[in-house]
Amino acid sequence: MPLAVIIMAIIYIDKKPFEAKAGKNLLETCLTLGFNLPYFCWHPAMGSVGACRQCAVRLYKDENDTTGRLVMSCMEGIRDNMYVSLDDPVARDFRSQNMEWLMTNHPHDCAVCDEGGSCHLQDMTVMTGHSYRRFRYPKRTYKNQYLGPFINHEMNRCIQCYRCVRFYKDYAGGKDLDVFAAHDHVYFGREKDGILENEFSGNLAEVCPTGVFTDKTLKQHYTRKWDMTMAPSICQHCSLGCNIIAGERYGELRQITSRYNSEVNGYFICDRGRFGYEFVNDVTRIQQPLIRNGNTGQSLFENLKTVLSAGKMIGIGSPRATLEANFALRQLVGKQNFYQGIPEHEACLIQTVLETSNGGHVHTPSLSETEQADVVLILGEDPTNSAPRLALALRQAVRKKPLDNASQANIPAWHDAALRELIQDEKGELFVAYPIETKLDELAAGTFRAAPDDIARLGFAIADCLSDAAPIPLRMDDHVLETARNIAAVLQKAERPLIVSGTSLHNVDVIKAAFNIALALQTDQRKAALCFTLPECNSVGLGMMHAPSLDTAMEDVDADTIVILENDLYRRGAKQAIDGFLAKFKNIIVLDHLHHATTGKATILLPVATFAEGEGTLVNNEGRAQRFFQVFMPKNENIRESWRWLDEFHQFCQGKMPDELNELDHLLEELVTVMPQFKGVETVAPPSGFRINGQRIPREPHRFSGRTSMQANVAVSEPKPPEDTDSPLSYTMEGYRGIPPAPLIPFYWSPGWNSGQSLHKYQIEVGGPLHGGDPGKRLFHEDLVSKAGFQDNIPCAFKPHNGETVFVPVSHIFGSDELSVYSPSVTSRTPKPYVMIGRQDAARLQVTEGDLLNVRIGGVAMDLPVKGSDALPEGLAGIPFNLPSMPGLSWPCKGTLTLLKP
Amino acid sequence: MISLLRTMGLTFLHMFRKRETIQYPEEKVVLHPRWRGRIVLTRDPDMGERCVGCYLCAAACPVDCISLQATEDENGRRYPEFFRINFSRCIFCGYCEEACPTYAIQLIPDFEMGEYNRQNLVYEKEDLLINSEGKYPGYNYYKVAGLAAGVKGKGEGENEEPPVDIRSLIP
Repeated sequence: MPLAVIIMAIIYIDKKPFEAKAGKNLLETCLTLGFNLPYFCWHPAMGSVGACRQCAVRLYKDENDTTGRLVMSCMEGIRDNMYVSLDDPVARDFRSQNMEWLMTNHPHDCAVCDEGGSCHLQDMTVMTGHSYRRFRYPKRTYKNQYLGPFINHEMNRCIQCYRCVRFYKDYAGGKDLDVFAAHDHVYFGREKDGILENEFSGNLAEVCPTGVFTDKTLKQHYTRKWDMTMAPSICQHCSLGCNIIAGERYGELRQITSRYNSEVNGYFICDRGRFGYEFVNDVTRIQQPLIRNGNTGQSLFENLKTVLSAGKMIGIGSPRATLEANFALRQLVGKQNFYQGIPEHEACLIQTVLETSNGGHVHTPSLSETEQADVVLILGEDPTNSAPRLALALRQAVRKKPLDNASQANIPAWHDAALRELIQDEKGELFVAYPIETKLDELAAGTFRAAPDDIARLGFAIADCLSDAAPIPLRMDDHVLETARNIAAVLQKAERPLIVSGTSLHNVDVIKAAFNIALALQTDQRKAALCFTLPECNSVGLGMMHAPSLDTAMEDVDADTIVILENDLYRRGAKQAIDGFLAKFKNIIVLDHLHHATTGKATILLPVATFAEGEGTLVNNEGRAQRFFQVFMPKNENIRESWRWLDEFHQFCQGKMPDELNELDHLLEELVTVMPQFKGVETVAPPSGFRINGQRIPREPHRFSGRTSMQANVAVSEPKPPEDTDSPLSYTMEGYRGIPPAPLIPFYWSPGWNSGQSLHKYQIEVGGPLHGGDPGKRLFHEDLVSKAGFQDNIPCAFKPHNGETVFVPVSHIFGSDELSVYSPSVTSRTPKPYVMIGRQDAARLQVTEGDLLNVRIGGVAMDLPVKGSDALPEGLAGIPFNLPSMPGLSWPCKGTLTLLKP
Repeated sequence: MISLLRTMGLTFLHMFRKRETIQYPEEKVVLHPRWRGRIVLTRDPDMGERCVGCYLCAAACPVDCISLQATEDENGRRYPEFFRINFSRCIFCGYCEEACPTYAIQLIPDFEMGEYNRQNLVYEKEDLLINSEGKYPGYNYYKVAGLAAGVKGKGEGENEEPPVDIRSLIP
């Protein structure tokens, strides 16, 4: 990235001099400097349009000018020697009157409005001093629309700031939300009732300054922001590790909002992350420890003691369990008996990803860096479905090149409307190589639909075009070579090229090809960015432990006891194979929070904490270790963090005393000593003893209500609030009220700023990093540590075999993730099982859309309805990946398709 | 000496004054309607629950003795799923009544709430809800709010224009 020279300017605000960055606008500068200036339409990620007229200030020609003029501060760039007044009575009155006008049609809804208490409009109304309404005339009303299971619509509350359409259409690329009608009748909604299609629609609830768009899942168990117990958390539903704030009330998780991290998710998260939280509240959660076939006369601990103190024991880890839990299991069973709970093929994929990202040859970009790329090649990945937030970042990347060109037109970067006018439909280059259509195709300069092996071959061919040292794929089709040459030519010219690949297709050659391209692009001036998406939230963390895979455990293990950590093995392979494997063991100890097929086989089943009930560290796709914190202490004391249960097991098998057991901090220290590759995870968040002025950081806002009444129905004497031994956060409203270190921010609040817009008080500068640096620590090496050169095992071209079909896993944002599908809102968006076939195959089998096909894969047989695809090449068939209603398959897989005779 | 006699004289004269003490509980005390005593939840003129579960009373309560959970009926009308006041903590400051945007929560001139068991001072919604409009007859929050919630159609409330026809271009 070119180093931008930061020019500082001196501006005078109300006659006091301040240093400000040139190139910013006046509004964001004022906010950075700590002034409270009201605004609506401006958004730090979306720039200014000057639509709401709320941020008016008085601008003077020079220091002698006393008249000045009113300007909208969001539309005014910073210049040296600028004289402005925020406090000027004319500007103040203008802001106040503007607010009064905006409020004329705003209904008296605050009491029944979900935004109330975290409402930007409320905050700004108070800020401008408009305390009493003088408007006594009829108010405008609108009819609302049904917008699907995620978002509630209440159009009466609209103040026409246009933020929703600017986010939904311009930023997130949505097509089904727009502004209709004219003058003071403008309407923000869909053309007709229906589900909002975009994967980022949940952000409307945060982007909308008032309660037009609100979180519909929150509405079902509504709680005001001030009443929630909140903690900084990390999203569990894909490998990107977006930062979130999770809020709890009455022992139930109530809401997920985005938590700012300038290097990861910025201001936004996807709908899977926002609405997939309800598995925590699921009524079918495991509540009690369960002992099957054991000595029922004995207590759980006696049973555990018998089981754990005798015989050999192996442990199966999990990519969705925390680093701490996996490590505690590894310590319990010993290094040689610990296995990753993923099939060999997946473990191999992740190992390849780790070797390439961790070798130092390529740069692993953070999510915010992917937004800066000027040319993007997506090789065998569908980010919209496998890592949705990345797709949103790539949408911004596509605008980078035209925006760079626009900088010559002397339009500042924040001037959104002008820039959009200038660049129109111009796009930077994005290439997509994937077997089926993807949502990003609409932005692509070129798409390439082929079998996974052919996609890998295309990748190798591109690398070959870029570098002489790269291996040459043989017997390439001319048109594929032509495509490769075109893509290579564009990539060669790029300043900040980005290759996106991942494990979605379960093809290791695709990953190797992506690595070759990145390596071939490397020059002295430029290190190509290579971004991988992985299957689960801690796939990288588990992979970095370098344990053997599940298949190895299945082949050559002879033990009495198996400990399975937060893992449904029946999703990892065919039922028969897992059945056979589990039958080998006398004792099966399963730790999980939800019932599934594997918990059904457990002889001892232990309930564990979800992400909301425990602490832990996850490593995301770019090797960033991030800590999430306990949001609430479960009322049910059987529910403990997995690492705590596993650590307690030491009492039985290694004869430790209860007071010798680990606390989280010690466990992490031990982890770093045993596995130095994790050096740094202990510093991801302040230790549990951290205090500011001797105070903890409260999880509850100071206005938290019902303290002496919440549990009064049980006992009128209030219990002592739970004490958190694992983190510096407290379960009360008392404690340090200032700005805590970035990894410990439980919620955003600042005097006068009750809504999430108070975030700018937590940032060093608006849109920049948080005070004290963004949370998370990268564990990957940037300097060269491996000598790995070009990969040269190029696969053969894919040829359709008569009678045999190669199945391609089709990821779905709603459905393919194991936990989010427990949310009723997400379930309602999950597709029904299907088999997707291309045109040629449909013609060959003489089937049309909806016909039932019998699909046989190994020993598994399913009757699935046909879904046609124009893109899917011959000989391939797509099956939705990991749907809860489908049996476990071991990928990659082949099988047969036969037409069911009616 | 004189002041001593004067005091005794004054005390003696008070025997012929009107009595200030009353024979409570046989004789009931007369209180003003605005006296801040027991808290009740009132109903609107249609006998629907006035409380919309906005949590403002709970937030205003200085001793945090109010807790509730809002829920919705099939029309989207909000009401409290449970509403609990811990009167063993309540200081009868009346902030909850001041904060209430719907006149639902009201303090009434009744103070006879003594209990031998503290647990009995925890009042649930069925103990609090009365079949009356209380001090503010005629008020129905949903008639003035923008939300329809089954009480009225969109644009049929007080001071509301009919819903905008977004396909019309007429100003």
